[in-house]
Amino acid sequence: MGAWVERQRSILDFALSSLLRRAERNIALLAVYTAVVFLLASTMFLLTALRREAALVLADAPDVVVQRLVAGRMDLVPVSYADRLRGLHGVRHVRPRLWGYHYDATRKATFTLMVPMETTPKEGMVVLGGAAARLKGTAVGRHLPFQTHDGSTRSLTVAWILSSESELVSADLLLLSEADFRAITGIPAGSATDLVLGVPSERERGTVAAKIARELPDTRSVLREDVLRTYDAVFGWRGGMVTVLLAGALFAFVILTWDRASGLSAEERREIGILKAVGWETSDIILLQTWEGAAVSLTAFLAGTLLAYAHVFFASATLFARVMKGWSALYPDFRLVPAVDPYQVATLMVLTVLPYAAATVLPTWRAATVDPDAVMRS
Amino acid sequence: MPEKTLVREIAGVRRSSLFLAVTLVQAALLGLCFLHAASADEAARPAVTRMAATVKTLGLTDLCLFTDASYTRHLALADGHAPFQEHPVSFEHFPAGSLAGPPERRGR
Repeated sequence: MGAWVERQRSILDFALSSLLRRAERNIALLAVYTAVVFLLASTMFLLTALRREAALVLADAPDVVVQRLVAGRMDLVPVSYADRLRGLHGVRHVRPRLWGYHYDATRKATFTLMVPMETTPKEGMVVLGGAAARLKGTAVGRHLPFQTHDGSTRSLTVAWILSSESELVSADLLLLSEADFRAITGIPAGSATDLVLGVPSERERGTVAAKIARELPDTRSVLREDVLRTYDAVFGWRGGMVTVLLAGALFAFVILTWDRASGLSAEERREIGILKAVGWETSDIILLQTWEGAAVSLTAFLAGTLLAYAHVFFASATLFARVMKGWSALYPDFRLVPAVDPYQVATLMVLTVLPYAAATVLPTWRAATVDPDAVMRS
Repeated sequence: MPEKTLVREIAGVRRSSLFLAVTLVQAALLGLCFLHAASADEAARPAVTRMAATVKTLGLTDLCLFTDASYTRHLALADGHAPFQEHPVSFEHFPAGSLAGPPERRGR
């Protein structure tokens, strides 16, 4: 056992010396490889954390939301629809919900106006989300003018600002009373944006949705499971975020591996020839190259993954911030709760370390099985 | 034993030892990441619970991640074709639209 370990260490020593002989090339290779793993791991950590946070936070989203469609577009729901749904079996409550968007031309930002279903602010008062308060540069007690649907101005007083820890769900919210909401948006009494239904039994929600479709054919129902599935898909491996963030990194990795698999340099072939000429077996040379490949890929994997963890969970994924913000004027200030899936880390290791190691060994095996004289002369 | 190898071994910097030490330190740090994630998750649980309570109280359906277009602000409630209805012959052009993609929903 001791002799076997010593043999492996001697070959590793030789492999590391060989890598250091071509230090410039290998340091550049290691840097690119680490950067590729960093991008892949950052995306993986970010999406896992967002998916988990969405699942935890939206676990208490409304059971069923009923929207009315007119000519295929969302339209206001008559409040009288709520009465027609109250008698359905399994429905505990039906509440009309008032919400919409408000564009602030001065700040070029779109806010979400909403009338809370509980603890509604008094008329003339407004409660702001954290990012909304920052963008408007206001504080509790100050007045905020709002342009109403008919061009007049309505001034509201800031009652309070929502806690910064809830910004992931409330950053752009402006919460106000029903009277103020209707005055600003022009939505008439007797109409609501949509209806929220309480259907405690998860098994009954599908049946309730089918009954709603029969009772009110011009509506559609969005179940809580649909909401959760949407976020699972957005932050899943098939989501658009993965395509955008990973495409470049994956492509770079393919080029890197292909370059390695496509052949050895003349210097490397000559080195293999000399080793064979001085008595090394083909298996020794393959072992040497395996150690070389493992040293580079393992170092790149570990360094890239550690840097990615620090980037996503200590630096709030700064490098991805521009991509995530897009054209948004309002963006939540939040720190993700670290979530690491060991299965995903293992998958990342298999996907990044093994292809490179295989790509290193294959051309070596081809060169090592040729006559040393022919290899040195080629 | 060649002189150079002897010097390296005496100084305790045999390359394989150095490589194995660095790799072990990195692996230990990766293990610490798992521990850190577990303890941070525990510490953040009250805040996540409060955020979930906000969602319940206000009746919210979406994360406030992409505020540049209405159909990306409320991903769960938007139509799949909403990006193309903003005006006649409209094409989806918001950067967030590429990131978020259409909602997954049964039926219409």
